[in-house]
Amino acid sequence: MSATFLGMPGSPVFPPFPRAAHDAVRDTTLRGNLRHATHTIRAKRAAAVAEMPDWAALRAAGRQIKDHTLRHLDRYLVRVEEAVTAAGGTVHWAADADEANRIVASLVKATGEREVVKVKSMATQEIGLNEALEAEGIRAYETDLAELIVQLGHDRPSHILVPAIHRNRGEIRDIFRSEMGEWGRPAPEGLTDAPAELAEAARLHLREKFLRAKVGISGANFVVAETGTLVVVESEGNGRMCLTLPETLISVVGIEKIVPTWRDLEVFLQTLPRSSTAERMNPYTSMWTGTTDGDGPETFHLVLLDNGRTDTLADEVGRQALRCIRCSACLNVCPVYERAGGHAYGSVYPGPIGAILSPQLRGTTSEIDASLPYASSLCGACYEVCPVAIDIPEVLVHLRERVVEGGPVTRAGNKVLLKPAKGHAAERAAMRAARWALTRPGALRGGQRLASRTRRFHPRALPGPGRAWTGTRDLPPVPVEPFRDWWQRTHGGREAAK
Amino acid sequence: MNSRDRILGRVRRALADVPPDDVPYERAVSRDYLRQHGERGTEETVDLLAENLADYRAIVHRCDADALPRLIAHLLGERGSKTVLVPPGLEEDWPAVVGVTRVTDRPDATARELDRVDSVVTGCALAVAETGTLVLDGSPDQGRRRITLVPDHHICVVRVPDQVVSSVPQALDRLDPTRPLTWISGPSATSDIELDRVEGVHGPRTLEVVLVSGK
Ligand code: SF4
Repeated sequence: MSATFLGMPGSPVFPPFPRAAHDAVRDTTLRGNLRHATHTIRAKRAAAVAEMPDWAALRAAGRQIKDHTLRHLDRYLVRVEEAVTAAGGTVHWAADADEANRIVASLVKATGEREVVKVKSMATQEIGLNEALEAEGIRAYETDLAELIVQLGHDRPSHILVPAIHRNRGEIRDIFRSEMGEWGRPAPEGLTDAPAELAEAARLHLREKFLRAKVGISGANFVVAETGTLVVVESEGNGRMCLTLPETLISVVGIEKIVPTWRDLEVFLQTLPRSSTAERMNPYTSMWTGTTDGDGPETFHLVLLDNGRTDTLADEVGRQALRCIRCSACLNVCPVYERAGGHAYGSVYPGPIGAILSPQLRGTTSEIDASLPYASSLCGACYEVCPVAIDIPEVLVHLRERVVEGGPVTRAGNKVLLKPAKGHAAERAAMRAARWALTRPGALRGGQRLASRTRRFHPRALPGPGRAWTGTRDLPPVPVEPFRDWWQRTHGGREAAK
Repeated sequence: MNSRDRILGRVRRALADVPPDDVPYERAVSRDYLRQHGERGTEETVDLLAENLADYRAIVHRCDADALPRLIAHLLGERGSKTVLVPPGLEEDWPAVVGVTRVTDRPDATARELDRVDSVVTGCALAVAETGTLVLDGSPDQGRRRITLVPDHHICVVRVPDQVVSSVPQALDRLDPTRPLTWISGPSATSDIELDRVEGVHGPRTLEVVLVSGK
């Protein structure tokens, strides 16, 4: 991956988080849309989780399964390769984005086709596949409704689950009216902004593409090492279309998506839909093992993608980010995401998970990546909802230290020594984060609690702007228990309700 | 060095700090979560399935085996379907169609041909009560994955109680991973526009489920 590539198609340079967030909070439409969305999903999710008395046990099992897989990832990667090959698939290995894009482009070219239909996939967005294919003269059509809205609007996704959440129905109608004709079947005459009509327009527009598509491209939510089975979870049926109608299927999958056994799916098929869309089960889940005669694609390729994942794996604290199942629950509870929106994170991975994943996948040499670990109030809500118990605040604190103090990191498989950040991105971000937290008692309370829990990670010196000050002074130690918690514990929680 | 060796080498170096761990996988994960949620009798499990299917906007019908052909014919008539697609291994007499052309799926039937039929009738591998989910595994009474996807109206027949399990763990126990599997919970849906739920973006907009009892 080249140093300037930020994994975000179409717009190679991003302002650091504070500047982008600053602009975003002034956009009242965006804030309104986001607030509505995150609050709605959040409330529904809590209800869906409450139905499961064994949620804590499922969450613990999910964490253990992923940790075990990561601990033995070399073994499971080889097993995936064996199982998929035995089932009639072909496995490719891609060390970085460029290599993955090259592999996919050459596979598409070998079919003689010039267009492909795509299932929404974070991995292919991360590597900028659509743009890479475009450069090779191949057109990639996004078929998820939200991704279609984003693609037609020459826009970027802003949420993992509902990528066009920053758009309202009027904007979507305008985009459909002006752009659909450029890409295929135009929007029907007199299209209104009723969601059912907009969905119907998308159905007609895309069906024409599904019916003639010869090549489909997808990611996967899970890959079962034992059997070589791939799993795609979705709602609309566009996934099923892309996975079963074309003659050739190419799946680009991050190496962290592996689970060891078939049985492990019982954990994630219970936690993922409830954490993500707050449903007992999403409308459609497809599972396939290699190819099946007479049913679905005759040719199946699996591209196993590293692109910074092994570097992340090398970080003792940060590697837990690889457990992520991309449910997006952490976005919906994050007070910073709610105000800043997904675009401010300058990555396909927005919100709390983006704040810890992007700087690890891409390194912290760019301004935006150096500022991401500060895009949080450390309130801990993301950790509470995470179905695989990723301690996002712990990783954030760890990465802040990394940015400010420097230290050993792994880049492209090599150990390198990161220099302390000279840039001002981190300082500015820290200032804004501090100001943000200090004006919000709730966030401050959470932050203090976290500060106690993470005492062993605290730097001797203040990060960012406090650095000069602590150069000549010692930081006062953080108390074992924050005052507010002590108060709550010893005062019968009378204040707790607030 | 090829990328396979490069990646595997990076993984091994990345894990160099981790102490060796030879715990067999069976003991590495504590499976103390529930196999099913709540104690239910057979009847209650079927009721829960019906309830959760309906909650996800599937239309649920119940009948006994003798009444099944007539019920399916009635549902097709009600919808005004002119053609009904069936997988090659579906029971001969369901649907007992009058005035509807029965089209048996052929391996070479194109997606465009499937797009022209009005309805499809299939069986299923099993149904999951707690989540309101139907699972199809490509058996002869269910056919290729695409036939339940392209037509706009899907009628799925579930034999109760034999084909009903309580929970996701029980479902996975009974399924064969080497088959192509499709899990269906209600009709196709999207919430991508201001989180308003809209049924049927790409898959069937109408899903009818017939819970059939008796032989
Ligand atoms: S970090 Fe956890 S909560 Fe956030 S998307 Fe990943 S799995 Fe979901």
